Amino acid sequence: MRTIEQYLPDHPFFAGLGADAMSLVGGCAANVSFAADEFLFREGEPADRFFVIRRGRVAIEVHAPAAGTVVLDTADAGDIVGWSWLVPPYRWLFDARAVEATGAVTFDGRCLRDKCEEDPRMGYELTRRVIQVMSDRLVASRVRLLDLYGAAGAGHAAPR
Amino acid sequence: MVPRPFRLVGRRQDTTDTFTVLLEPTEGDPLGFVPGQFTMLSAFGVGEVPVSVSGAAHVAGPLQHTVRDVGAVTHALSRASVGDVLGVRGPYGTGWDVAHGHGKDVVFVAGGIGLAPLRPAVLEVLSHRDRYRRVVVLYGTRSPDDLLFADSLADWQGQGVELLVTVDYGPPSWAGRVGLVTTLIPRAGFDPKYTLAFVCGPEVMMRRSAMALVERGVTPDSIRVSLERNMRCGVGLCGHCQFRELFICVDGPVLSYARVAGLLGYREV
Ligand SMILES: Cc1cc2nc3c(=O)[nH]c(=O)nc-3n(C[C@H](O)[C@H](O)[C@H](O)COP(=O)(O)OP(=O)(O)OC[C@H]3O[C@@H](n4cnc5c(N)ncnc54)[C@H](O)[C@@H]3O)c2cc1C
Repeated sequence: MRTIEQYLPDHPFFAGLGADAMSLVGGCAANVSFAADEFLFREGEPADRFFVIRRGRVAIEVHAPAAGTVVLDTADAGDIVGWSWLVPPYRWLFDARAVEATGAVTFDGRCLRDKCEEDPRMGYELTRRVIQVMSDRLVASRVRLLDLYGAAGAGHAAPR
Repeated sequence: MVPRPFRLVGRRQDTTDTFTVLLEPTEGDPLGFVPGQFTMLSAFGVGEVPVSVSGAAHVAGPLQHTVRDVGAVTHALSRASVGDVLGVRGPYGTGWDVAHGHGKDVVFVAGGIGLAPLRPAVLEVLSHRDRYRRVVVLYGTRSPDDLLFADSLADWQGQGVELLVTVDYGPPSWAGRVGLVTTLIPRAGFDPKYTLAFVCGPEVMMRRSAMALVERGVTPDSIRVSLERNMRCGVGLCGHCQFRELFICVDGPVLSYARVAGLLGYREV
Protein backbone atom coordinates (compact mmCIF):
# COMPACT_ATOMS: atom_id res chain seq x y z
CA MET A 1 0.00 0.00 0.00
CA ARG A 2 1.28 3.46 -0.81
CA THR A 3 2.25 5.86 1.96
CA ILE A 4 0.01 8.80 2.82
CA GLU A 5 2.42 11.18 1.06
CA GLN A 6 2.22 9.10 -2.11
CA TYR A 7 -1.52 8.50 -1.97
CA LEU A 8 -2.97 11.90 -1.15
CA PRO A 9 -1.78 14.07 -4.08
CA ASP A 10 -3.49 11.65 -6.53
CA HIS A 11 -6.80 11.83 -4.74
CA PRO A 12 -9.33 14.10 -6.54
CA PHE A 13 -10.15 15.84 -3.25
CA PHE A 14 -6.59 17.09 -2.89
CA ALA A 15 -5.75 17.51 -6.58
CA GLY A 16 -4.23 20.92 -7.31
CA LEU A 17 -3.62 21.84 -3.67
CA GLY A 18 0.06 22.61 -4.20
CA ALA A 19 3.08 21.05 -2.55
CA ASP A 20 3.21 23.36 0.50
CA ALA A 21 -0.46 22.95 1.35
CA MET A 22 -0.18 19.24 0.70
CA SER A 23 2.61 18.85 3.20
CA LEU A 24 0.63 20.85 5.78
CA VAL A 25 -2.41 18.62 5.21
CA GLY A 26 -0.22 15.51 5.26
CA GLY A 27 1.14 16.63 8.64
CA CYS A 28 -2.38 16.30 10.09
CA ALA A 29 -3.01 12.85 8.56
CA ALA A 30 -2.64 9.29 9.85
CA ASN A 31 -3.60 5.81 8.63
CA VAL A 32 -6.35 4.07 10.55
CA SER A 33 -8.24 0.82 10.22
CA PHE A 34 -11.58 -0.40 11.51
CA ALA A 35 -12.98 -3.88 11.97
CA ALA A 36 -16.43 -4.69 10.59
CA ASP A 37 -19.12 -3.02 12.71
CA GLU A 38 -16.64 -0.74 14.46
CA PHE A 39 -17.76 2.90 14.55
CA LEU A 40 -15.64 5.65 13.01
CA PHE A 41 -17.71 8.12 15.00
CA ARG A 42 -21.09 8.42 16.69
CA GLU A 43 -23.75 11.08 16.54
CA GLY A 44 -23.23 13.86 19.08
CA GLU A 45 -19.51 13.25 19.62
CA PRO A 46 -17.10 16.10 18.91
CA ALA A 47 -16.31 16.19 15.20
CA ASP A 48 -12.57 16.62 15.20
CA ARG A 49 -11.66 14.44 12.21
CA PHE A 50 -12.52 13.51 8.70
CA PHE A 51 -11.65 10.45 6.65
CA VAL A 52 -10.62 9.45 3.16
CA ILE A 53 -11.65 5.83 2.71
CA ARG A 54 -8.91 3.71 1.12
CA ARG A 55 -10.58 0.29 1.22
CA GLY A 56 -13.76 -1.26 2.61
CA ARG A 57 -17.11 0.39 3.12
CA VAL A 58 -18.58 2.78 5.69
CA ALA A 59 -22.28 3.22 6.40
CA ILE A 60 -23.57 6.64 7.43
CA GLU A 61 -26.57 5.87 9.57
CA VAL A 62 -29.07 7.28 11.98
CA HIS A 63 -31.14 5.64 14.64
CA ALA A 64 -34.77 6.67 14.83
CA PRO A 65 -36.94 5.09 17.53
CA ALA A 66 -39.78 4.18 15.14
CA ALA A 67 -37.80 3.27 12.03
CA GLY A 68 -34.86 1.61 13.77
CA THR A 69 -31.41 2.17 12.31
CA VAL A 70 -31.44 3.38 8.73
CA VAL A 71 -28.39 3.53 6.49
CA LEU A 72 -28.55 6.87 4.67
CA ASP A 73 -25.43 6.60 2.59
CA THR A 74 -22.36 4.46 2.14
CA ALA A 75 -18.80 5.51 1.40
CA ASP A 76 -16.39 3.31 -0.54
CA ALA A 77 -12.73 3.57 -1.51
CA GLY A 78 -11.92 7.12 -2.53
CA ASP A 79 -14.90 8.70 -0.75
CA ILE A 80 -14.68 11.41 1.89
CA VAL A 81 -16.48 10.89 5.19
CA GLY A 82 -17.20 13.81 7.49
CA TRP A 83 -17.55 17.54 7.07
CA SER A 84 -18.83 18.49 10.54
CA TRP A 85 -15.21 19.19 11.61
CA LEU A 86 -15.40 22.39 9.54
CA VAL A 87 -18.82 23.62 10.66
CA PRO A 88 -19.73 24.75 14.20
CA PRO A 89 -20.68 23.31 16.62
CA TYR A 90 -18.23 20.64 15.36
CA ARG A 91 -20.36 17.67 16.38
CA TRP A 92 -21.19 14.58 14.34
CA LEU A 93 -24.77 14.55 13.09
CA PHE A 94 -24.85 10.85 12.18
CA ASP A 95 -23.12 7.60 13.04
CA ALA A 96 -20.44 6.19 10.74
CA ARG A 97 -19.94 2.42 10.95
CA ALA A 98 -17.51 0.19 9.08
CA VAL A 99 -19.64 -2.33 7.16
CA GLU A 100 -16.59 -4.48 6.52
CA ALA A 101 -12.90 -4.23 7.39
CA THR A 102 -12.05 -0.70 6.35
CA GLY A 103 -8.86 1.29 5.93
CA ALA A 104 -8.79 5.08 5.83
CA VAL A 105 -6.62 8.13 6.16
CA THR A 106 -7.87 10.25 9.03
CA PHE A 107 -7.21 13.96 9.33
CA ASP A 108 -7.04 15.88 12.57
CA GLY A 109 -9.74 18.51 12.06
CA ARG A 110 -8.57 20.80 14.82
CA CYS A 111 -5.05 20.81 13.43
CA LEU A 112 -6.43 21.54 9.96
CA ARG A 113 -8.72 24.30 11.21
CA ASP A 114 -5.76 25.99 12.91
CA LYS A 115 -3.72 25.75 9.71
CA CYS A 116 -6.62 27.17 7.70
CA GLU A 117 -6.78 30.16 10.10
CA GLU A 118 -3.07 30.77 9.65
CA ASP A 119 -3.13 30.32 5.89
CA PRO A 120 -6.44 31.64 4.48
CA ARG A 121 -5.48 30.70 0.92
CA MET A 122 -5.17 27.06 1.94
CA GLY A 123 -8.28 27.48 4.10
CA TYR A 124 -10.21 28.62 1.05
CA GLU A 125 -8.96 25.75 -1.09
CA LEU A 126 -9.85 23.18 1.54
CA THR A 127 -13.27 24.74 2.26
CA ARG A 128 -14.07 24.74 -1.46
CA ARG A 129 -13.40 21.02 -1.59
CA VAL A 130 -15.48 20.28 1.49
CA ILE A 131 -18.34 22.33 -0.01
CA GLN A 132 -18.23 20.06 -3.06
CA VAL A 133 -18.65 17.02 -0.78
CA MET A 134 -21.52 18.73 1.07
CA SER A 135 -23.17 19.77 -2.18
CA ASP A 136 -23.05 16.21 -3.55
CA ARG A 137 -24.67 14.94 -0.36
CA LEU A 138 -27.34 17.67 -0.45
CA VAL A 139 -28.26 16.94 -4.06
CA ALA A 140 -28.44 13.20 -3.33
CA SER A 141 -30.70 13.87 -0.32
CA ARG A 142 -33.00 16.06 -2.39
CA VAL A 143 -33.30 13.53 -5.19
CA ARG A 144 -34.04 10.81 -2.65
CA LEU A 145 -36.77 13.00 -1.15
CA LEU A 146 -38.59 12.48 -4.45
CA ASP A 147 -38.72 8.77 -3.61
CA LEU A 148 -38.43 8.11 -7.34
CA TYR A 149 -38.94 4.38 -7.11
CA GLY A 150 -41.51 4.43 -4.33
CA ALA A 151 -45.25 4.65 -4.06
CA ALA A 152 -45.32 8.44 -4.12
CA GLY A 153 -42.55 8.68 -6.68
CA ALA A 154 -42.28 10.69 -9.82
CA GLY A 155 -41.55 7.48 -11.70
CA HIS A 156 -44.18 5.04 -12.72
CA ALA A 157 -45.99 5.20 -9.48
CA ALA A 158 -48.45 7.47 -7.79
CA PRO A 159 -50.11 7.53 -4.40
CA ARG A 160 -52.92 5.05 -4.10
CA MET B 1 -55.83 -2.47 -33.32
CA VAL B 2 -57.82 -5.34 -31.80
CA PRO B 3 -55.93 -7.05 -28.97
CA ARG B 4 -54.97 -10.69 -29.46
CA PRO B 5 -55.97 -13.02 -26.65
CA PHE B 6 -53.00 -14.39 -24.68
CA ARG B 7 -53.30 -16.95 -21.91
CA LEU B 8 -51.44 -16.49 -18.65
CA VAL B 9 -49.22 -19.58 -18.36
CA GLY B 10 -47.07 -18.44 -15.46
CA ARG B 11 -46.91 -15.74 -12.83
CA ARG B 12 -44.23 -14.67 -10.38
CA GLN B 13 -44.47 -12.12 -7.56
CA ASP B 14 -41.10 -10.34 -7.77
CA THR B 15 -41.54 -7.85 -4.92
CA THR B 16 -44.49 -6.64 -2.87
CA ASP B 17 -45.74 -4.44 -5.74
CA THR B 18 -44.10 -5.95 -8.83
CA PHE B 19 -44.97 -9.16 -10.63
CA THR B 20 -44.07 -10.97 -13.86
CA VAL B 21 -46.57 -12.58 -16.21
CA LEU B 22 -45.78 -15.23 -18.82
CA LEU B 23 -48.20 -15.24 -21.74
CA GLU B 24 -48.86 -17.47 -24.73
CA PRO B 25 -51.21 -16.71 -27.62
CA THR B 26 -54.41 -18.75 -27.46
CA GLU B 27 -53.84 -19.33 -31.18
CA GLY B 28 -51.38 -18.32 -33.89
CA ASP B 29 -47.70 -17.47 -33.78
CA PRO B 30 -45.89 -16.18 -30.75
CA LEU B 31 -45.05 -12.50 -30.69
CA GLY B 32 -41.69 -11.49 -32.21
CA PHE B 33 -40.10 -8.38 -30.75
CA VAL B 34 -36.80 -6.61 -30.31
CA PRO B 35 -35.41 -5.66 -26.88
CA GLY B 36 -36.90 -2.36 -25.69
CA GLN B 37 -40.23 -2.74 -27.46
CA PHE B 38 -43.50 -2.69 -25.56
CA THR B 39 -46.98 -4.08 -26.01
CA MET B 40 -50.36 -2.65 -25.09
CA LEU B 41 -51.45 -5.12 -22.44
CA SER B 42 -55.11 -5.25 -21.46
CA ALA B 43 -57.17 -6.55 -18.64
CA PHE B 44 -60.51 -7.00 -20.37
CA GLY B 45 -63.18 -4.72 -19.02
CA VAL B 46 -60.67 -2.51 -17.17
CA GLY B 47 -58.30 -1.05 -19.74
CA GLU B 48 -54.96 -1.35 -21.45
CA VAL B 49 -51.50 -0.02 -20.64
CA PRO B 50 -48.12 0.07 -22.38
CA VAL B 51 -45.68 -2.41 -20.81
CA SER B 52 -42.21 -3.31 -22.05
CA VAL B 53 -41.25 -6.89 -22.74
CA SER B 54 -38.92 -8.17 -20.00
CA GLY B 55 -37.96 -11.57 -21.44
CA ALA B 56 -35.33 -12.66 -23.93
CA ALA B 57 -35.98 -11.84 -27.59
CA HIS B 58 -33.69 -14.52 -29.01
CA VAL B 59 -35.17 -17.61 -27.32
CA ALA B 60 -38.58 -19.09 -27.96
CA GLY B 61 -40.91 -19.10 -24.99
CA PRO B 62 -43.80 -17.26 -23.46
CA LEU B 63 -44.05 -13.48 -23.76
CA GLN B 64 -42.80 -11.99 -20.50
CA HIS B 65 -43.86 -8.72 -18.89
CA THR B 66 -42.79 -7.37 -15.52
CA VAL B 67 -45.30 -4.92 -14.13
CA ARG B 68 -45.49 -2.64 -11.13
CA ASP B 69 -48.93 -2.37 -9.62
CA VAL B 70 -49.53 1.41 -9.53
CA GLY B 71 -53.14 1.97 -10.60
CA ALA B 72 -56.37 0.60 -12.01
CA VAL B 73 -55.12 -1.42 -14.97
CA THR B 74 -51.84 -2.65 -13.52
CA HIS B 75 -53.75 -3.68 -10.40
CA ALA B 76 -56.25 -5.66 -12.50
CA LEU B 77 -53.30 -7.32 -14.28
CA SER B 78 -51.80 -8.19 -10.90
CA ARG B 79 -54.98 -10.08 -10.02
CA ALA B 80 -54.90 -12.31 -13.11
CA SER B 81 -54.09 -15.94 -12.43
CA VAL B 82 -52.75 -18.78 -14.52
CA GLY B 83 -55.32 -19.76 -17.13
CA ASP B 84 -56.82 -16.26 -17.43
CA VAL B 85 -56.81 -14.50 -20.79
CA LEU B 86 -55.31 -11.03 -21.29
CA GLY B 87 -55.19 -8.89 -24.43
CA VAL B 88 -51.98 -8.01 -26.25
CA ARG B 89 -51.44 -5.49 -29.04
CA GLY B 90 -48.06 -4.87 -30.59
CA PRO B 91 -45.14 -5.04 -30.23
CA TYR B 92 -44.64 -1.33 -30.71
CA GLY B 93 -41.92 1.27 -30.57
CA THR B 94 -38.20 1.48 -31.12
CA GLY B 95 -35.82 -0.95 -29.44
CA TRP B 96 -32.47 -0.73 -27.69
CA ASP B 97 -30.03 -0.78 -30.63
CA VAL B 98 -27.53 -3.04 -28.89
CA ALA B 99 -25.85 -3.99 -32.19
CA HIS B 100 -24.42 -0.45 -32.33
CA GLY B 101 -22.36 -1.48 -29.32
CA HIS B 102 -20.42 -4.16 -31.21
CA GLY B 103 -16.74 -3.77 -30.41
CA LYS B 104 -17.50 -1.35 -27.59
CA ASP B 105 -18.17 -1.35 -23.87
CA VAL B 106 -21.89 -1.45 -23.14
CA VAL B 107 -23.25 0.14 -19.99
CA PHE B 108 -26.79 -0.36 -18.70
CA VAL B 109 -28.09 2.06 -16.09
CA ALA B 110 -31.37 0.94 -14.53
CA GLY B 111 -33.54 2.62 -11.94
CA GLY B 112 -36.31 0.67 -10.20
CA ILE B 113 -38.73 -1.04 -12.61
CA GLY B 114 -36.46 0.32 -15.41
CA LEU B 115 -34.47 -2.89 -15.14
CA ALA B 116 -37.40 -4.78 -16.73
CA PRO B 117 -37.26 -3.04 -20.15
CA LEU B 118 -33.44 -3.29 -20.12
CA ARG B 119 -33.34 -7.00 -19.29
CA PRO B 120 -33.96 -8.23 -22.89
CA ALA B 121 -31.11 -5.98 -24.08
CA VAL B 122 -28.72 -7.35 -21.45
CA LEU B 123 -29.74 -10.90 -22.43
CA GLU B 124 -29.22 -10.08 -26.11
CA VAL B 125 -25.70 -8.77 -25.41
CA LEU B 126 -24.85 -11.81 -23.31
CA SER B 127 -26.06 -14.14 -26.06
CA HIS B 128 -23.33 -12.64 -28.28
CA ARG B 129 -20.86 -11.86 -25.52
CA ASP B 130 -17.80 -12.00 -27.82
CA ARG B 131 -19.07 -9.08 -29.91
CA TYR B 132 -18.78 -6.65 -27.03
CA ARG B 133 -16.00 -5.52 -24.76
CA ARG B 134 -16.92 -4.81 -21.15
CA VAL B 135 -20.54 -5.22 -20.08
CA VAL B 136 -21.57 -3.12 -17.10
CA VAL B 137 -24.92 -3.08 -15.31
CA LEU B 138 -25.55 -0.28 -12.82
CA TYR B 139 -28.78 -0.72 -10.90
CA GLY B 140 -30.37 1.51 -8.32
CA THR B 141 -33.61 0.84 -6.53
CA ARG B 142 -35.46 1.83 -3.43
CA SER B 143 -34.44 -0.81 -0.90
CA PRO B 144 -32.95 -4.32 -0.84
CA ASP B 145 -36.52 -5.72 -0.79
CA ASP B 146 -37.23 -4.01 -4.12
CA LEU B 147 -34.39 -5.65 -6.05
CA LEU B 148 -35.75 -7.30 -9.21
CA PHE B 149 -34.45 -10.39 -11.01
CA ALA B 150 -32.04 -11.41 -8.24
CA ASP B 151 -31.38 -14.73 -10.03
CA SER B 152 -30.62 -12.96 -13.31
CA LEU B 153 -28.27 -10.53 -11.59
CA ALA B 154 -26.22 -13.34 -10.05
CA ASP B 155 -26.21 -15.16 -13.37
CA TRP B 156 -25.02 -12.07 -15.25
CA GLN B 157 -22.16 -11.61 -12.81
CA GLY B 158 -21.22 -15.23 -13.46
CA GLN B 159 -21.01 -14.33 -17.15
CA GLY B 160 -18.51 -11.54 -16.52
CA VAL B 161 -20.87 -8.60 -16.18
CA GLU B 162 -19.62 -5.88 -13.87
CA LEU B 163 -22.68 -5.39 -11.69
CA LEU B 164 -22.90 -2.48 -9.24
CA VAL B 165 -26.06 -2.18 -7.17
CA THR B 166 -27.18 0.59 -4.87
CA VAL B 167 -30.33 1.31 -2.89
CA ASP B 168 -31.86 4.54 -1.64
CA TYR B 169 -32.36 3.21 1.88
CA GLY B 170 -30.86 0.18 3.56
CA PRO B 171 -31.29 -1.59 6.87
CA PRO B 172 -28.06 -2.08 8.86
CA SER B 173 -27.99 -5.72 7.69
CA TRP B 174 -27.50 -4.57 4.08
CA ALA B 175 -23.80 -4.79 3.28
CA GLY B 176 -24.19 -3.26 -0.18
CA ARG B 177 -24.13 0.34 -1.31
CA VAL B 178 -26.58 3.06 -0.33
CA GLY B 179 -26.82 6.13 -2.55
CA LEU B 180 -28.02 7.29 -5.94
CA VAL B 181 -27.42 5.18 -9.03
CA THR B 182 -25.52 8.15 -10.50
CA THR B 183 -22.76 7.62 -7.92
CA LEU B 184 -21.98 4.29 -9.59
CA ILE B 185 -21.16 5.90 -12.94
CA PRO B 186 -17.72 7.30 -12.00
CA ARG B 187 -16.83 3.96 -10.33
CA ALA B 188 -17.66 1.53 -13.11
CA GLY B 189 -14.93 0.12 -15.32
CA PHE B 190 -15.68 1.29 -18.85
CA ASP B 191 -13.94 3.42 -21.42
CA PRO B 192 -16.25 6.41 -22.05
CA LYS B 193 -14.80 6.99 -25.52
CA TYR B 194 -15.83 3.52 -26.65
CA THR B 195 -19.10 3.09 -24.81
CA LEU B 196 -22.74 2.72 -25.75
CA ALA B 197 -25.00 3.36 -22.75
CA PHE B 198 -28.65 2.42 -22.19
CA VAL B 199 -30.58 4.17 -19.44
CA CYS B 200 -34.05 3.31 -18.17
CA GLY B 201 -35.99 4.40 -15.11
CA PRO B 202 -37.94 7.38 -13.79
CA GLU B 203 -37.25 10.50 -15.82
CA VAL B 204 -35.37 12.36 -13.10
CA MET B 205 -33.09 9.35 -12.73
CA MET B 206 -32.52 9.10 -16.50
CA ARG B 207 -31.75 12.81 -16.77
CA ARG B 208 -29.18 12.72 -14.00
CA SER B 209 -27.67 9.45 -15.16
CA ALA B 210 -27.27 10.79 -18.70
CA MET B 211 -25.61 13.93 -17.31
CA ALA B 212 -23.23 11.81 -15.21
CA LEU B 213 -22.38 9.68 -18.26
CA VAL B 214 -21.64 12.83 -20.28
CA GLU B 215 -19.50 14.14 -17.43
CA ARG B 216 -17.56 10.87 -17.50
CA GLY B 217 -16.92 11.45 -21.22
CA VAL B 218 -19.64 9.49 -23.03
CA THR B 219 -21.01 11.51 -25.96
CA PRO B 220 -24.78 12.24 -25.90
CA ASP B 221 -25.25 10.37 -29.18
CA SER B 222 -23.89 7.22 -27.49
CA ILE B 223 -26.55 7.31 -24.78
CA ARG B 224 -30.06 5.87 -25.17
CA VAL B 225 -32.97 6.62 -22.88
CA SER B 226 -36.50 5.27 -22.81
CA LEU B 227 -39.17 7.94 -22.59
CA GLU B 228 -42.14 6.25 -21.02
CA ARG B 229 -44.71 8.98 -21.35
CA ASN B 230 -48.36 8.16 -20.99
CA MET B 231 -49.71 6.79 -24.25
CA ARG B 232 -52.95 5.42 -25.55
CA CYS B 233 -53.10 4.11 -29.12
CA GLY B 234 -49.49 2.92 -29.44
CA VAL B 235 -49.37 3.59 -33.18
CA GLY B 236 -48.89 7.35 -33.52
CA LEU B 237 -52.51 8.25 -34.21
CA CYS B 238 -54.09 9.68 -31.09
CA GLY B 239 -51.37 12.19 -30.14
CA HIS B 240 -51.65 11.31 -26.45
CA CYS B 241 -47.91 10.82 -26.09
CA GLN B 242 -46.84 13.68 -28.37
CA PHE B 243 -43.77 15.42 -27.08
CA ARG B 244 -43.04 18.45 -29.27
CA GLU B 245 -42.29 16.90 -32.68
CA LEU B 246 -42.06 13.35 -31.31
CA PHE B 247 -44.73 10.70 -30.94
CA ILE B 248 -43.14 8.64 -28.20
CA CYS B 249 -45.07 5.47 -29.09
CA VAL B 250 -43.59 5.30 -32.61
CA ASP B 251 -40.48 7.53 -32.51
CA GLY B 252 -39.65 6.07 -29.09
CA PRO B 253 -39.75 4.92 -26.41
CA VAL B 254 -36.00 4.37 -26.96
CA LEU B 255 -34.37 7.57 -28.18
CA SER B 256 -30.89 9.00 -28.37
CA TYR B 257 -30.07 11.37 -25.53
CA ALA B 258 -28.58 13.70 -28.15
CA ARG B 259 -32.09 14.06 -29.56
CA VAL B 260 -34.06 14.42 -26.34
CA ALA B 261 -31.67 16.04 -23.84
CA GLY B 262 -33.65 19.28 -24.12
CA LEU B 263 -36.97 17.50 -23.76
CA LEU B 264 -36.19 15.54 -20.61
CA GLY B 265 -37.78 17.33 -17.72
CA TYR B 266 -40.32 18.92 -20.01
CA ARG B 267 -43.71 18.64 -18.35
CA GLU B 268 -46.29 16.17 -19.51
CA VAL B 269 -48.78 17.64 -22.00
C1 LIG C 1 -43.36 2.56 -23.40
C2 LIG C 1 -43.73 2.27 -22.00
C3 LIG C 1 -43.23 1.13 -21.39
C4 LIG C 1 -43.59 0.83 -20.07
N1 LIG C 1 -43.08 -0.30 -19.51
C5 LIG C 1 -43.46 -0.65 -18.28
C6 LIG C 1 -43.00 -1.85 -17.68
O1 LIG C 1 -42.25 -2.63 -18.29
N2 LIG C 1 -43.43 -2.17 -16.43
C7 LIG C 1 -44.27 -1.33 -15.73
O2 LIG C 1 -44.64 -1.65 -14.61
N3 LIG C 1 -44.70 -0.17 -16.26
C8 LIG C 1 -44.34 0.19 -17.52
N4 LIG C 1 -44.80 1.35 -18.05
C9 LIG C 1 -45.70 2.21 -17.25
C10 LIG C 1 -47.11 1.69 -17.30
O3 LIG C 1 -47.63 1.85 -18.60
C11 LIG C 1 -47.98 2.49 -16.30
O4 LIG C 1 -47.58 2.18 -15.00
C12 LIG C 1 -49.44 2.17 -16.47
O5 LIG C 1 -49.91 2.76 -17.66
C13 LIG C 1 -50.26 2.67 -15.32
O6 LIG C 1 -51.63 2.40 -15.60
P1 LIG C 1 -52.68 2.10 -14.43
O7 LIG C 1 -54.02 2.09 -15.00
O8 LIG C 1 -52.27 0.90 -13.65
O9 LIG C 1 -52.49 3.29 -13.51
P2 LIG C 1 -53.17 4.72 -13.65
O10 LIG C 1 -54.30 4.73 -12.68
O11 LIG C 1 -53.41 5.07 -15.06
O12 LIG C 1 -51.97 5.60 -13.17
C14 LIG C 1 -51.41 5.46 -11.90
C15 LIG C 1 -50.33 6.46 -11.82
O13 LIG C 1 -49.23 6.09 -12.65
C16 LIG C 1 -48.89 7.18 -13.48
N5 LIG C 1 -48.49 6.69 -14.78
C17 LIG C 1 -49.25 6.08 -15.70
N6 LIG C 1 -48.54 5.78 -16.78
C18 LIG C 1 -47.30 6.21 -16.57
C19 LIG C 1 -46.12 6.20 -17.31
N7 LIG C 1 -46.06 5.72 -18.53
N8 LIG C 1 -45.02 6.76 -16.78
C20 LIG C 1 -45.06 7.28 -15.56
N9 LIG C 1 -46.16 7.34 -14.80
C21 LIG C 1 -47.26 6.80 -15.29
C22 LIG C 1 -50.13 8.00 -13.62
O14 LIG C 1 -49.82 9.35 -13.90
C23 LIG C 1 -50.75 7.86 -12.28
O15 LIG C 1 -50.24 8.79 -11.39
C24 LIG C 1 -44.45 1.69 -19.36
C25 LIG C 1 -44.94 2.83 -19.98
C26 LIG C 1 -44.59 3.13 -21.27
C27 LIG C 1 -45.14 4.34 -21.91
